Amino acid sequence: MIASLPRSVWLRTATGAYVAAFLIFLFLPLAVVAVFAFNDAPYPAPPWRGFTLDWFTGNAASGRVGLFHDAALLGSIWTSVVVASWVTALSVAVGTANAFLMERYRFLGKEALSVLMLAPLVIPGVILGISILSLSSRIADLLLALFDVDVDFLRPGLPLVVLGQFSYIATISTLMISARLQRFDRTLEEAALNLGASQAAVLRTITFPYLRPALIGSAAISFLMSFENFNTTLMLVGADPPLTVMMYGRMREGATPVLNAVSLFLMLASALFALTLMRGRSRGGEPPRPAP
Amino acid sequence: MGNTPEQRLWQRRLVLTLLLAPALLWLFALIVLPHVDLALLSFRERSAPRHYQPSLTQYRTFFTEPLYWHIFVRTALLSALATALTLLIAFPIAWVITKVAQGRTSAFLFIVCLIPFWVSETVRALGWLILLRESGVLPALLVKLGITAVPVELLYHDATILTGLVYTSLLFMVVPLVSSLESLDNSLIEAAYDLGANGWAILRDIVIPHAAPGITAGCIVVFMLTLGNYLTPNLLGGKNSQWFTELIYTQFIVRFNWEQGAAFGFLLLALSTAMVALGLRLSGQRFVDVMRRS
Repeated sequence: MIASLPRSVWLRTATGAYVAAFLIFLFLPLAVVAVFAFNDAPYPAPPWRGFTLDWFTGNAASGRVGLFHDAALLGSIWTSVVVASWVTALSVAVGTANAFLMERYRFLGKEALSVLMLAPLVIPGVILGISILSLSSRIADLLLALFDVDVDFLRPGLPLVVLGQFSYIATISTLMISARLQRFDRTLEEAALNLGASQAAVLRTITFPYLRPALIGSAAISFLMSFENFNTTLMLVGADPPLTVMMYGRMREGATPVLNAVSLFLMLASALFALTLMRGRSRGGEPPRPAP
Repeated sequence: MGNTPEQRLWQRRLVLTLLLAPALLWLFALIVLPHVDLALLSFRERSAPRHYQPSLTQYRTFFTEPLYWHIFVRTALLSALATALTLLIAFPIAWVITKVAQGRTSAFLFIVCLIPFWVSETVRALGWLILLRESGVLPALLVKLGITAVPVELLYHDATILTGLVYTSLLFMVVPLVSSLESLDNSLIEAAYDLGANGWAILRDIVIPHAAPGITAGCIVVFMLTLGNYLTPNLLGGKNSQWFTELIYTQFIVRFNWEQGAAFGFLLLALSTAMVALGLRLSGQRFVDVMRRS
């Protein structure tokens, strides 16, 4: 029942209990990950054996390799950052072009194109991955047969990972930037043009400043979604895995609490990210939406 | 800059072309052509080394090999079940956020519900592993409370997979539900109440019809993401998970039988698309609107 209607004590208690149970369900997995990053034991499991920072600062000499000395793990974080930067740059650039295309122009086949632009959202990530893998391999094989050259970036590896992630993240940036451009008051541009501003000056001083929150918001979301992507990445990854694939591999082998340590950092980074974006929203940006 | 109308038209065409280029390149090079290629791949078989001929063998194998279609059906059913559970769990929360809690509490609750989903799915899966495995937190707690004599393995059951999938999907249900319930006018509920309707009647005749678009959007997205999930069933279900995406991975990456993997991929895509289409038809909505909403 809604707040303005009388509710029995029983109903109030039940509602409170449900919300509490729901919040415990949401936060329990994250809480244990954080807590066991500090457990003085070789595996992230109970019982509690005392507090330690070994899983952050330990090195080979101390017998426990902590996060700050785990070269493979740090390397995979860097790989993720590089991939996410590329994906972000591509997605925001293409998303901006798409937003202007769909909001400002009429052309043959526009309706079909707008449906096609949404298609990546309903294609499972695994299938995006294998389809790009199969096409790029076919092209690579063809080039090898015709010209006897082996084109490295068409084989599984980071360039394909970037393309695979970009293929659906571009849809999200397009939607976010379009939504803001749609609400833009075009009389502002017309006024500037009437006052003698050039097209380029109008774009630079009026349209882009207005779009800024959406550009920043979509860049942040693109970066986060790329950083956290797993399904598409797994199919296209080569010799150097990004963080999620690296963590997955270690979790299957039976991980040490160093994974908890890196997870704790991810949580803090995500929280910081979310807070920044939400502050941005209250100043008129697009609402932030986490990644699938 | 364009001075005559002709110049201006020409300039506009040029800009249109420049804006169309990246969109077409993206959609054709990374979406359309790869899928055409995947389709071609799935409709051929190897007759001799480096020799291929068109055939339906890959699809025939799927239907004649019980293991394959059993896993397919199992994945579909468990995904549907996970979607239903997600809806049941998320609806009361969306209701509390929009109709019971007021002002700041409501906003706070909504943000708190979103926070876990900013964290990578890998981290969340790690959390469930630590909680549920035989040497984990919950089995130890059960022993301490005297419910079980020895630690029990809580991983690798269907219920475990469902828990993980529901957990991962909650956000994609809560957000569309909240936005559709927000627009429901409270006075409608008050009027119904004053006229003597009970809670159940209000839910059935007023709330659910109004929230239908949000419910559909949430269900479509959750079903699709669950069906295509690999990480959660794989880590929480172990060898028992038998998730269809794992078959695709095995054929492609482990066995290097791309033809078979491509066929599996298309079957998964067909199922996913069919369910999206069905959901849209049942609720009479347009694809574009649903995707924008969610």
